[in-house]
Amino acid sequence: MSLGLVVLAAWLMQAAAGPEAYLLFTIGMSTFVGKLLLVGWSFAFFFHLANGVRHLVWDTGRGFDKRHADLSAWFVLIFALTMTGTFWWAAL
Amino acid sequence: MSLRSPLGRVLGLGSAKDGTEHWWAQRVTAVALLFLGGWFGYALVRIDSLTYLDVIRFIGQPLNAILLSLLCVTLAYHSYLGVQVVIEDYVHTPGTKIVALLFSRFAHVLVAIGAVYSVLAIGLGR
Repeated sequence: MSLGLVVLAAWLMQAAAGPEAYLLFTIGMSTFVGKLLLVGWSFAFFFHLANGVRHLVWDTGRGFDKRHADLSAWFVLIFALTMTGTFWWAAL
Repeated sequence: MSLRSPLGRVLGLGSAKDGTEHWWAQRVTAVALLFLGGWFGYALVRIDSLTYLDVIRFIGQPLNAILLSLLCVTLAYHSYLGVQVVIEDYVHTPGTKIVALLFSRFAHVLVAIGAVYSVLAIGLGR
């Protein structure tokens, strides 16, 4: 996630640096490794987001019993997979 | 019977003497990022393309520039808090721990300033 932040900042800085610098960034991200990283980061983002909400709910003292803990774990995983798919489907 | 002093109980800081603020900051930034991150994901879907001109036009909109700056600063803060916990929990050599924490802090501030400056540079037309 933190490395994704570096790439987000790099994206903005390359855009500010001008068209040539930005093109370099785009070329880097269109390689196979670049695409793999972007898909990975989008999945990590949605997973982190859902699991963060799970922790916020736990902070209120709710959802600690085994059934709900298992349930929310599956929810987080399914949410992350679905949102990653939906995001790329909608973006492309 | 508790051996804690009345003052210690009132302050409620435990043996480490801090951490409450860190805990709160992590959660407040988490809630903020729920909105800012959600907006950014939506914006990435809605943007026409990620070509130079479209991206510059997107960042050039004042509302987008404001939300992007907030996103980057909040992300950097949230990320710093998270990385700090990882370093504190898993780096056991005192010297290395301090160097790692220092490096992480510098890196996060650098990333935040770099991102915000870039957004401003584009937004204000340089």
